[in-house]
Amino acid sequence: MSTDKKELAVAALRNGTVIDHIPSKALFKAVDLLGISRLDKSVTIGCNLQSSRLGSKGIIKVADTFFAQEVINRIAIIAPSAVINTIKDFEVVSKEQVELPSEVVDLVVCNNPKCITRNEPMRSRFEVIDRENVTLKCCYCEHEVNGDMINLK
Amino acid sequence: MEKNSIVSINDISKEEILELLKTAAYFEEHPNQKILDGKVIATLFFEPSTRTRLSFETAVNRLGGRIIGFSDPAATSTSKGETLKDTIIMVGNYADVIIMRHYLEGAAKYASEVTDTPIINAGDGAHQHPSQTMLDLYSIYKTQGSLDNLTVTMVGDLKYGRTVHSLLMALSHFNVKFQFVACDELRMPEEFRTFCDRNGIQYTEHREFSAEVINSSDILYMTRVQRERFTDLMEYERVKDLYNLHNAMLADSKPNLRILHPLPRVNEIDQDVDDNPKAYYFQQAKNGLYARQAMICKVLGIKVNQ
Repeated sequence: MSTDKKELAVAALRNGTVIDHIPSKALFKAVDLLGISRLDKSVTIGCNLQSSRLGSKGIIKVADTFFAQEVINRIAIIAPSAVINTIKDFEVVSKEQVELPSEVVDLVVCNNPKCITRNEPMRSRFEVIDRENVTLKCCYCEHEVNGDMINLK
Repeated sequence: MEKNSIVSINDISKEEILELLKTAAYFEEHPNQKILDGKVIATLFFEPSTRTRLSFETAVNRLGGRIIGFSDPAATSTSKGETLKDTIIMVGNYADVIIMRHYLEGAAKYASEVTDTPIINAGDGAHQHPSQTMLDLYSIYKTQGSLDNLTVTMVGDLKYGRTVHSLLMALSHFNVKFQFVACDELRMPEEFRTFCDRNGIQYTEHREFSAEVINSSDILYMTRVQRERFTDLMEYERVKDLYNLHNAMLADSKPNLRILHPLPRVNEIDQDVDDNPKAYYFQQAKNGLYARQAMICKVLGIKVNQ
């Protein structure tokens, strides 16, 4: 276990957010979804780090930034295993697993080209029908999509 | 907003189905009434469907309602690029009910979210067509006297046929045993077989349309096997006539057996079946009128004297 190293990495941040246990392949998508490229705070991104749980993981550390719940929920779709650590004054004040909401609104594109959401200027809406395997069902055409087949808007 | 609409058969409870069937039976006895007097019903057909539109419009006319709408979107502002939302809100301002058919899946659901006017889905692409299911249910109920303790055999295209999927879901409220007859390429999709397994619904699958299958059925629900559904045309040529019904095949069938088909049929039911009293597909289409009258009254909250 690399517990010592991890603690050291987290402790290096005075205030901010550390998002850990992101699957490596979802890392840069997560960076995108959180709008990190637009931040002017110091950001550290680690990729392909060893993880006993995931094999290979990514980590994002952002100084002086705390994300709203609905922003964090965005990454739950691609990185359901991610853990959000909130750091204040070098202390981990909260450690939370990201959670898929029961409904995903305006984040995912329906894969059915004949779905109304693909043809009207409207928000997409999906019901989460299987949290473990991240399976979503379109609330309009009822097509199901899961895992790598999920396309983000 | 959407609570008075009928968008999907899956939104209708068992009690509501039974209530609709009772109302349909009442309308079969009394098809001409003035209960929609003063009401304006819009029929918006973004995709042409003569059969469904005429059936709905007859249902409205026989109940004394007035109809506005279109049967060809080329002549409307949809062709100018108006969104579905705008069209629905605009028509919702005029009409008491909107009956719509659209080529996109989920269109009726979306329409029900943008207006307070009740929506009846008259088909949205390959997705839902609840009035077809209601008329199928009514036909079964009427000919068998019940929706319980029946063996329903579905034949032909069980993969793409939305009518068989919706009927299966609706009949899952009742005690029905299914027989699925199809070639491998058009087999009942896994999601529906899993649904049956999870809900303790009995079914058997058959590649062969055998006498045994026919003779144990109370309802034979025939569907068309379409050439364009096949990736392998050799396979189509091989199976295309395997699921056709001829009069001679009905010799030892149950006396209460009835043959249903959503129509149009091509050759999956031979003409020689038409004169058999067990052929029910033309009456089935007529039952659509009563089922649709019942659905229109339901969304308007009109209770009829029974």
